[in-house]
Amino acid sequence: MHIPDGYLGPQTYVPLYGVSIGFWAIAQNRIKKQLSLKHIPYLAMAAAFSFLIQMFNIPIPGGTTGHAVGAGIIAILLGPWTAVMAVSVVLIIQAVVFGDGGITAIGANCFNMAVVLPFASYGVFRLVKGKSEGGPRLAVAAFLSGYLGLFVAALFTAVELGIQPLIATGADGRPLYAPYPLSIAIPAMAVEHLFPFGIAEGLVTMLLLKYFLKHEHDLVYALSGPSKTG
Amino acid sequence: MTTFQKKLWIGLLIMALLTPLGILLPETFNAEDAWGEWGIDKLEKLLGYVPEGLKKLADIWKAPISDYNFGGEGASKAVQVLSYIASGLLGIGACVLVVFIISRLIVRHGK
Repeated sequence: MHIPDGYLGPQTYVPLYGVSIGFWAIAQNRIKKQLSLKHIPYLAMAAAFSFLIQMFNIPIPGGTTGHAVGAGIIAILLGPWTAVMAVSVVLIIQAVVFGDGGITAIGANCFNMAVVLPFASYGVFRLVKGKSEGGPRLAVAAFLSGYLGLFVAALFTAVELGIQPLIATGADGRPLYAPYPLSIAIPAMAVEHLFPFGIAEGLVTMLLLKYFLKHEHDLVYALSGPSKTG
Repeated sequence: MTTFQKKLWIGLLIMALLTPLGILLPETFNAEDAWGEWGIDKLEKLLGYVPEGLKKLADIWKAPISDYNFGGEGASKAVQVLSYIASGLLGIGACVLVVFIISRLIVRHGK
C-alpha cells in the first residue's frame, strides 16, 4: 500500500500532503492534551512495532505480496490520534531511509495508512464492541477493526491510484502516472486486502488486544475512554 | 522500565530477528511486488511502456538503504537476510529516537 514516487501526479500528491499536515497539527494538539509521560515508551514501542510488522511480507502464491500495518491495534491501545503520529513517523522513516513509499507520496501514504486506517479501525471497534468490556464480542470487535480498517485504507489507496489516468494523460493519450483505471485498481486492491492481508491485520489486532487486556488492562484507551487517560 | 515494558521490548527484538521471513516466504511462494508498487522495469513489461510523468518522478529520491538491503541489487541471499534484520533493528532505533524527540516537544512534563 506504499505508493512509490511517480504513481501520483502533483494534482493528487500536493493536496494529500496538505490533508496529512492538517491531521498532524490536530494530532499534535490532541496528544498534548491526552498523553502523559508514562505513555511515551508505549508510543515509541507502537511505532517500532508498526515498522517491524510491515516487514513481514505475506505472499499470495504466484501473485503479489502485502502486509499488516498494526495501526488498528495502536488506535485501540493508545487512541486514534496517537496512532496518526506513531504510524506517520514509521512511514516517513520508511520513505526517507529505506525508499519504501515515495517522498512525493508521503502525504498520500500517511493519509491512507496513518489517518484513514487507524480511524476506520477505531470506529469499527467502538461500533462492534458496544457496551461490552470483555469476552468474545470484544475479540470479534478487535478482529473486524483491523480487518476492515486495512480494507478501507486499501480502497482509498486504490481510488488515489485509479483516478490518475482520468487526471493526467500525455499528448499520445497514455496515462502520465499510475496507469490502471479505477475499474482495475479497486478490485485488485480490494480483493487481496480482504484475503489474505486483512486477515493478518485482524489477527494482530485481536491477539495483541487480548494480551494487553490480560497484562495492562488500564492502558487500553478504547476501553477507558479519552476522558480517563492522562 | 516496568517488567511488562521489558517483555514488550524483548518481543520487538524477537520480531526484528524474524523479519527475514518477510523476504523468504514471498520467494518460496513465487510472489512478487505489491500491487501498484512495481519498479520501472516491471512496469515496462506489464504495459509495454513507462508512463512519462512516472518516469520523471520515480528516481526523485535516492534512499540510503533502498529496499532494506545494504548490498544493492545483486546482493547474495545471506547479505539480504542480514540486511533485513539490521534494517529492522535500525528501524526500531529510528522510531524510538524520532518519537522521543517529538514527545519532548509536545508532551507536557509533570503530568
